[in-house]
Amino acid sequence: MRGNADVTADVAVADVAVADVAVVGAGPAGMAAAVEAATAGLTVALVDAGERPGGQYWRHGPHDEGPLAGQHGRRTFAALRAGLVRTGTRTFFGHQVWLIARDADRFTLHLRPTHDGRGPGTRTLTARSLILCPGAYDRQLPVPGWDLPGVMAAGGVQALLKGSGTLAGRRAVVAGTGPFLLPVATGLAAAGAEIVMVCEANPLRGWLRDPGGALREPAKAVEGAQYAALLARHGIPYRTRTVVTEIRGEDRVRSVRIAPLDRDGRPRSGVRIEVDADLVALGWGFTPSLELPLMVGARTRLDTDGSLVAVVDARQRADVPGGPGVYLAGEATGVGGAALAVREGRLSGLAAAGDLGRTIDEGRMRRLQRAIRRGRRFAAALHTATPVPPGWTDWLDGSTLICRCEEVTYGDLCHAARELGAKDPRTLKMLARPGMGMCQGRVCGFATAQVAAALTGGSPSTPSADDLLPLARRPLATPVTLGEIAALGEES
Amino acid sequence: MTGPTGHSPRAETTDLVVIGAGVVGAAAAYFAARAGLRVTVVDRGPLAGGTSSAGEGNLLVSDKEAGPELDLALFSQRVWREDLAEHAGLWEFEAKGGLVVAATPGGADALAKLVLEQRAQGIEAVDVPKDELPDYEPHLSPELVSGAFYPQDAQVQPMLVVAHLLRMARQAGARVRTDTEVTGFLRTGERITGVRTSRGPLSAPAVLNAGGTWAGVVAELAGVRVPVLPRRGCVLVTQPLPVMVRHKVYAAEYVGDVASSDAALQTSPVVEGTRAGTILIGSSRERVGFDREVPPPLLAALARNAIALFPFLASVQAIRSYLGFRPYCPDHLPVIGPDPRAPGLWHACGHEGAGVGLSVGTGKLLAQALTDRPTGLDLTPFAPERFEQALPGDEVNPDAP
Repeated sequence: MRGNADVTADVAVADVAVADVAVVGAGPAGMAAAVEAATAGLTVALVDAGERPGGQYWRHGPHDEGPLAGQHGRRTFAALRAGLVRTGTRTFFGHQVWLIARDADRFTLHLRPTHDGRGPGTRTLTARSLILCPGAYDRQLPVPGWDLPGVMAAGGVQALLKGSGTLAGRRAVVAGTGPFLLPVATGLAAAGAEIVMVCEANPLRGWLRDPGGALREPAKAVEGAQYAALLARHGIPYRTRTVVTEIRGEDRVRSVRIAPLDRDGRPRSGVRIEVDADLVALGWGFTPSLELPLMVGARTRLDTDGSLVAVVDARQRADVPGGPGVYLAGEATGVGGAALAVREGRLSGLAAAGDLGRTIDEGRMRRLQRAIRRGRRFAAALHTATPVPPGWTDWLDGSTLICRCEEVTYGDLCHAARELGAKDPRTLKMLARPGMGMCQGRVCGFATAQVAAALTGGSPSTPSADDLLPLARRPLATPVTLGEIAALGEES
Repeated sequence: MTGPTGHSPRAETTDLVVIGAGVVGAAAAYFAARAGLRVTVVDRGPLAGGTSSAGEGNLLVSDKEAGPELDLALFSQRVWREDLAEHAGLWEFEAKGGLVVAATPGGADALAKLVLEQRAQGIEAVDVPKDELPDYEPHLSPELVSGAFYPQDAQVQPMLVVAHLLRMARQAGARVRTDTEVTGFLRTGERITGVRTSRGPLSAPAVLNAGGTWAGVVAELAGVRVPVLPRRGCVLVTQPLPVMVRHKVYAAEYVGDVASSDAALQTSPVVEGTRAGTILIGSSRERVGFDREVPPPLLAALARNAIALFPFLASVQAIRSYLGFRPYCPDHLPVIGPDPRAPGLWHACGHEGAGVGLSVGTGKLLAQALTDRPTGLDLTPFAPERFEQALPGDEVNPDAP
């Protein structure tokens, strides 16, 4: 039996749908935005690549029963899902937006089924306003052996656990930085895996004991304390200032080399240990998906975590050519987690309704703005406490793959920088092809920019927004068949 | 080469300043440095930051009609295949050949006529009747009427051309300064004696304007007019595939589009595989200034045209698109040689969509001229001052910023 039939993909008869506002992304931010905008009286179309609402954060269990017990914010999810039904929000699930065009006061969104051969094919959606909530994906740092089976992004491990209860391995090392490593480790342990070690690159112990105290974010303090207790209960070794420097194995992961970091964030040579493991979960934070914001021309900036993010004003409005009409919420404006994303989503929905002449509760808007500012401060403090180690490129060797699609090694990048004169990520990309394959740099973009900065800049060197922009810009938001492109414009 | 070399006592001195680290500037720097000149290349951005990195890397003779551009193309062919033969692997030189196809009986007649003319000019061309088309390209549409094969057409990876030519120029003593913008010219009387840059002055008896699509702006800094206009082109890139397209394949109308001066959008299909397995799909020509926003109907036209040639492409995924601005002159000829209106200033720009192919011939000719040797080709048709008398195709520049 299929659950949640009330909000499954709406298979429309017409190919062109019209709405006041199109919300792209049905994660925490997008669901909140759609419910607010619809409650304020707008007609809303909600698009998501997944078959159900919830996004990456609220993942559905194997039987479609919604987020599993124990997931944070389940009640919020249930309330938002009910809100979508109550307001009659039109949903386009199982669809990706691959192109957005702006024409006078209308946005035209071109959709395609996420999975080829399913659904009604290419569709077009037009709207007066656009709320983009594209979320984020795992940020990755290459390490020798990271292309072996058994090495996964921490978010991928989590998705498997949440989505199907599948355990990706038996003996796991969880490594990287930031509080997201904790639910991954405790989730794996609860599902029966042995956690050999959690390697946190930064000195986070104080943070773990009292993560929110100084920042007045009580919910986060409670969450942190819960994870600390869970780590203790499962007897999980948690080491700070420690990184994975090499993953070893022939056909799959067999062992992992671990080293402490020195004061400059470089792995200390000679002090490394090797542990047996069959699963490595690597989490270095998240990279916001900016394809769609950049497609509509949104201005960007560099966030405290080193990610390229979109600029918004106090009402979540993007700075785009062609005047207002584009709102952004969630990780695209800066990685900050689900609770902040929901608030930004709500604010963007309200703002869009207000800008289209609907009456909105200004007091509520101000309360949301205050909460968002608080959430942003917390996120910035967390980013500052969990940087990528400045000396991480030290653990690369010449044969370490940086771009897996195009099989570009660290050695190839060194050659392009040192022999061929590439001094910036874009030139590095054009000469050595990192980021030119199927994923278009989604996996290797951040690492390529970091490597470029390390190879050509001074020390410490971090990529600028100008460095990251050419790696983030994708004229087609998702691969699309030439047949679908050829049909552009035939609908109208 | 003669002339005063010192202007400002603090200016660094060199024999030749090349403005522009694109493919034309790189080729000129390479040949000039090898000819013994001290060369400094400056560019306001990175190497190959403009049109050089926005094309397909074609070295074509098949799309040229009789005239000076064809002469330069054939001259460049020899430079690629002889002077630079030992380096061909560095830039993935591939003598893949070009296949031009006609979709209608009328198109077939026009193509046959073009082939005859081109053969008379020294272009190798093989008539390909309909039933032999699959031998060249097994996945071509069976609707096509005829074709012509051009074995001289080749392809390179243009970014690698630029990077390696500049690397070898550096080995021959040249200096390359990226992120260095030219802000003005040094003069002694009428004579150009160097450039002012964002990183200080450079003094030289010869300054070469290889500014590509922005060469008109550089010329203006020197007080002369070189009417280079941007002509936008857009390319779709597919997912990597096993080899499905063996040659550069394009429709016969392409030749007409290349030679046209129309400002409106023109599209004609150009399809070719690359070493990386992706298939590149062009071509479009339109004069829209430096607008970077690609309207969806343009993408649709590119895709439709390509599918008409290769029906299998309908189900192949495109993963990205890119665009660039061809540096185009009203008479479709590049500007190559010394500028009598500003002694000391030289130009190598306006190669339109053929800059990669023509770059090395241009560079070699310039090095010959700069060192007072006879040039392998008469530069008169490319003279910078030719626009002083208005040409029939000349007009007020609608794309001027």
